[in-house]
Order: sequence, then C-alpha cells, then structure tokens
Amino acid sequence: MSLPFMPVVLYTDALVFVLIAAAAAFAWQIRRHDHLLAPWKKVGRSRSGMAAAVVLAVLLFTGFLDCLHFRPALPAGPAGKAGYSVEVFSVLDVALTSLRSRNEKTYSAPLATHLFAKETVQFPDGTQGRVFPRLAHGGKHLADPDADWARDVAQRALGGVAIAVVAWQFLLWIAVANLAHRSRIAMREAWRQVWRCETEMPWREMLATAGILLLIFVPLFVLSAKYHVLGTDKVGQDVFYLALKSLRTGLVIGTLATLVMLPFALALGIMAGYLRGWVDDLVQYVYTTLSSIPAVLLIAASVLMVQAFIDRHNLFETTAERIDLRLLVLCLILGVTGWTSLCRLLRGETLKLRESDYVQAARAFGVSRFRIMTRHILPNVMHIVIIAVVMDFSGLVLAEAVLSYVGVGVDPSMNSFGNMINTARLEMAREPMVWWSLASAFVLMLMLVLSANLFADAVRDAFDPRIRGRIAGSALAGPLQAGGVGR
Amino acid sequence: MISFLIRRILYAIPILIGVNLITFLLFFVVNSPDDMARMQLGEKRVTEEAVAKWKQERGYDKPMVFNRQASGAGKVTDTIFFDKSVPLFWMDFGHAEDGRDIAHEIRTRMGPSLAIALPAFLVGLATYITFALLMAFFRGTYIDFAGVLFCVVAMSISGMFYIIGGQYLVSKLWNLVPISGFAEGISAWKFVVLPVLIGVIGGIGGSARWYRTIFLEEVNRDYVRTARAKGLSERRIQFAHVLRNALIPILTGVVVVIPSLFMGSLITESFFGIPGLGSYTIEAINNQDFAVVRAMVFLGSVLYIVGLVLTDISYTLADPRIRLQ
Repeated sequence: MSLPFMPVVLYTDALVFVLIAAAAAFAWQIRRHDHLLAPWKKVGRSRSGMAAAVVLAVLLFTGFLDCLHFRPALPAGPAGKAGYSVEVFSVLDVALTSLRSRNEKTYSAPLATHLFAKETVQFPDGTQGRVFPRLAHGGKHLADPDADWARDVAQRALGGVAIAVVAWQFLLWIAVANLAHRSRIAMREAWRQVWRCETEMPWREMLATAGILLLIFVPLFVLSAKYHVLGTDKVGQDVFYLALKSLRTGLVIGTLATLVMLPFALALGIMAGYLRGWVDDLVQYVYTTLSSIPAVLLIAASVLMVQAFIDRHNLFETTAERIDLRLLVLCLILGVTGWTSLCRLLRGETLKLRESDYVQAARAFGVSRFRIMTRHILPNVMHIVIIAVVMDFSGLVLAEAVLSYVGVGVDPSMNSFGNMINTARLEMAREPMVWWSLASAFVLMLMLVLSANLFADAVRDAFDPRIRGRIAGSALAGPLQAGGVGR
Repeated sequence: MISFLIRRILYAIPILIGVNLITFLLFFVVNSPDDMARMQLGEKRVTEEAVAKWKQERGYDKPMVFNRQASGAGKVTDTIFFDKSVPLFWMDFGHAEDGRDIAHEIRTRMGPSLAIALPAFLVGLATYITFALLMAFFRGTYIDFAGVLFCVVAMSISGMFYIIGGQYLVSKLWNLVPISGFAEGISAWKFVVLPVLIGVIGGIGGSARWYRTIFLEEVNRDYVRTARAKGLSERRIQFAHVLRNALIPILTGVVVVIPSLFMGSLITESFFGIPGLGSYTIEAINNQDFAVVRAMVFLGSVLYIVGLVLTDISYTLADPRIRLQ
C-alpha cells in the first residue's frame, strides 16, 4: 500500500515546525501567567500593531502552506512498483496549480491577451507577418480580445469584489457574534462597540484591514483564473505565483536566522554578565572581533566557503533539497554572524540584574549558578529578546534581497524577492520596459516589511518603550540595510 | 590622551589577530587550497598537475601552519599562514586572481568610493538631523505623526528599489544624468549626483526616526525645563540646547562609520558602475577571488577599529566632562 504522495520535510521545513512548536509552547506559558500576558494585551490594544498583525498573519499562513512539502506518486511502472516524482511540491503549489502550470512562451503584460514580443507567424493564406501572438492561456476564452477584453476583465473584477464583500460581511458577522457571546451583550450593542472602537482590541481597524486585503486579493485570484494578473516573466511563468512563492523564502530567513542566533546570544550574554571573570573577557573578545568585521563581507566570505563545500559534496536526491540546504546555510550564517548585538545587550542587562535583591537572595539561599541563570535571570531578560526578534525580522527580509544581489544569498533558482529584483533590474533596460515583475516584488515586499515594522513597533512600545534606540540602532539589520545604499 | 591612544591601539591588536585567525580559518581550513584550485580551474576534469601548478603559482603548496621539512625559523615562516595571513598586518595583501597587486587596486579605487560615500554621508547627516529636529519640534502634532509614518514606510522599502526607481526616473525618463559610469576629475560630478541623492533618500527613514528618538529623550530632561523657565524660545532650546546635548548618542553611531567610508557601498557602486572598492568586492565575490575578499574583510575590520578609537576621541571634543585616561 503506497500513499498517493510522499511527505517531504526539508531542513528549513523541519526548523519552521520546531519554531511553531516553540511559539505554541511559549504562548501556552504566557496564557497561564497574568504578568506575562499583560504586555501582550498591550500589543493587542495597539491599533497600527493589530492591523499589521492581520496582514502578517495572512502572509505567514501563505508561507506556512508553502512549507508543507511532498512528492506526488508517479503512475505505477511495469514492475508494479510505485515511484515518486523527483519534483517536490508544496500545498501552496497545489492550491495554485492553475497559476503554476499555465506557462506562456515569454513576457506578457498584466492581464494581457497577447504576448509582449512580436513573432513571425504563418497566416492561413500562406503569407508571413510579424504580429503579437495570442497567449496560450491568458484570456484564451475570449473570441475577440479587442472587443471583449475590457468588458470581461471588468465583469470578473466586479465579481471578485462582490465575493470579497460577501466574505467580508461573513467575517464581520463572525467577529461581532463572537464578541457579543464573550462579553454577553446583544449583537446590536457589539456592533456599536466595534463601530465606535470601544472594544478592548481594535476590532474596527483589524476588520477594516481584513476587508482591504480581501478587496485586493479576491479579485486578483478571480482574474487569475483566466488571465495572468501580474503578467509573466521571461520564461513565461506567472509573476503572481512567483511573488507568492517568494514569501516563504523571506519569512524563513526572517524567522530562522533569529532562531539560530538566539541560543548563542542568550547563553553567552547571560554567562558573560553573570559569571564575569575570564568568561566575560572571552565572550567580549569574541563579539568585539566578530562585530568588527563588516557584516556583508563576513556573510559573503562564509557563504562562499560553505557553498564551495556543498558543491563538492553533491549528495541530494532532488534539487529542492539542494536549494533548501543553501537557504538553511544562509540562515545559519546570518544567525552565527548576527548574535553579537543582542549578546551585548543581554550581557549589560544581566550585569544589572545580578546585583538585584532577588538574585542576591537566591545566591544567599545557595541556589546553584546554573539555576540562578536559567530561573532568575533568563525570564527577566526575555523582554529584550522578544523585542530583538520582532525588530530583526524586517531587517533580515530586506537583507535577503541585498545578499541575493551580491551573489551570496539564496540559490539563484529559488523564488525570492532578491532574485526577482535581480532579474527585474535587467528587464527595466528593455524597450518597452517590463515593469510588472519589479512592481509585484515591490508591493509584496513592502506589505511584508511594513507590517512587520509596524507590529515590531507595537511590541517594543508594549514591552519596553525606553529600549527603542538601543536595539533599533544596533541590530544586524542596521549595517546591512545601510550598507545597501549610502553608507 | 596620548597614553589612552596607545592603550587603545594595543587593545586593538588582539582583535585584529582574532580577525586574522577567522579569515584564515574561513579561507584555508574550511576549504583546502585544493578545493579553491578546483573551483577556479573549473569543477570537472581537473588534472592533479593543473591543481599542483595552480597552487605553486600562488604559493598555496606549503603546509598550513607548521612546516616539518623546513629548518629553524622556517618551520613557522615557510607556511601558508605566515605567507598569506600575517602580511595582512602591514597591509601587504598579495595578488588577485588576475595577477594584479591588491594594495595598488585598493589605493586607486579608494578615490571613486570616497567621491560617492563622503558627500552621501555629509549631506545625509545634515538632512536626517534637520528632519529629525523638525519632527521633535512638532512632537505630538500631525506633522510629527506624518513624519514618523513617512519614516516607517521609507525604511520598509528595500534600498535597491530606490536605486532602480531613481535611475529610471532621473536618468531614463528625464535624461538629466547618465545612468551609470564614472569619470576622473571635476567632470565626475554628473556621475556622483544621483548615487549621492539616492543614498541620502534611501537612509532617511531609519536614520531620521532614530535621531528623533534621541532628541525626544533629551526634550524631557531637566535642563530643558530650566531653559524654558528662563524664558528661552522653543526654537532656541531645540536647536541650541537639545542638539548640543544629543551629540553624544549621535556621535556614537556616526563617527564609527567615517573610516569605513573608504570601503564604499557594495550595492550603490555596483548599480552605478562606480570603479570603487565596493564594486571591486562584488566582482571578487562573483569571481570567487578569495585573496581579494580576504583583503577586504581585513581592511574593513581595521577601519572599523579606527572608527571606534575616533568615536572615543570625538566624545572628549563634544563633551568636556569626558576625559580619556
């Protein structure tokens, strides 16, 4: 008995699952303790923060679907033994099958019915001419594109808007009913509270954000059933699909690099601050040395070296695994080279905490050093860690683009914002210009980074408003982003 | 002051040794010279002789750190570590893959890098601080709110979009300056304007917001209340008192990058075709020219450490209460 598919867990998928499990455990822990819950409730009251959280949640969910990989079964061979395809698909790929499989020959503009470049074709009467040929898939259902196109597009877009409005109404109803049920008030009263923004969580802003997202994306998906809404790229792939696939890369880098960095920063920072003496000297020496090397160059050098290593040992069954290893390595390197600033902050905070009364008391009671560090100091520096994690995220997403441009980012064949920008750069020089790849990457990346930044601001304000400058100026993102332009 | 400087420089030596060791580990231990030879000569079908010849030409055919065959001091000196890593300390970077002297390349390429980086740095600093002071001046009003919102949006856009957008708008659409390239002497200005402008715009979001928080922290201090009680105008408080007192946190972030301006910017230089150190580094990374990347890593750390010392010195200039001893 063989499955119709073989689940594949890529390295980064596994780490993402670990991360989700850790986040869930963390959330469970927080729910049980009121003092841990308080700052998160404050985040929940921030209007911009929660609106951004809605966008982030949608993007994270898309990225998560793209992390569930499998290999479909091939038709059983003559020996009766079912094999599996060497191509690895994700659940997102399946959901977007129509986008993924309907490839054109080359460039086509958004919603176009004809190719972007002229081709020589043979007419039925035997003459030859150079025309813009019809697309194989985009707008194929139109009998006469010139006459029908505008009406068809408008109809479908309106249909999409209608679906979005209905879906939004439904969402509104669920949210309000839930609110009414929880606070035991009438539906009318709940409506009034949401509308006047009298609820504890800013439901009005969150629902409005959800409505805007629906209004943008539902029509896009409806149109994408018959057209290439964001055009196609050089080899005819749908740009909308590529942009959605790029999300996972950005999210994985933004989250996993921090996950890798945390153990180093936490262990070394707290040990240096609490134990002092030679441990402190050593840790300080190591992070001063590491941070004195320009971040981009250190990352570049490490990636070059590890890449040479991967190339030498070619031991993967599928290309997806090889590409994924490169992504994992990039996360590892970003983590190993990026822990110094957080470590410095944690060391400083620990130095302060070790003189506090409760730590003194614990010491007087003869609590072991390890236990003091894990039970008494670690929980009290967590707010710094949380702030650093959310603030680093957007910087890492931006850094991926820069690193991919430099040639030390993700694999060139991987879908990522960096690679999209990289190819789009050459397309800008074409005449007439191919602008849609760049515009799509721009919009989606702005959506991701902006919402991450707004959410990070809300988290920072809730946990420790005084820390703002110290982290914002020193995170790994700083030098990399500044290294991009200007400095 | 002098003794402080000497101590700081002595303190920098172990850090530089550490950087040197890291580069040695990265470039020679993670990948042996054999691997480098194979990569440079092409992955497949490389004969042993070709590898040996490649290594011998570049002096990579020696033992790593300890030479058993040599006698006396040669046991330590006749090794890759001593030949390749130790000379970095006196800025002897060796030769690139194409046989050129790296130190010479660095000297000639420093000029173009500085021509972009220095104006971008100075204009940027003035712009960001002015913008941040204005936001702090109008704190709590819609002007401040709009400014902060603008900053958050601006810092959420990848720097590469600014460059691509600027090149498209200014060079392609309006035909004001060339898209890319560089010239010697005074005629270089038309190649410099756009990269500098974009560099300034690209950094405005993050920097102005960061300076604004510094100013806002100062605004609530006691001396500001005293100044206000004395009847000084809000403008005078803001631009004379607050600015002066905010200098220390500003200097911390600013002075340290000044020496690194020599290194140029990887992305800007490569987009605009500026023959500076940034594009040199990118070319080296793409050609997998390990000697050049190693040299740039070391040079970058040296400049960073110089920047740290300069930061300390600048503190004494900004705040007479701070004495270096």
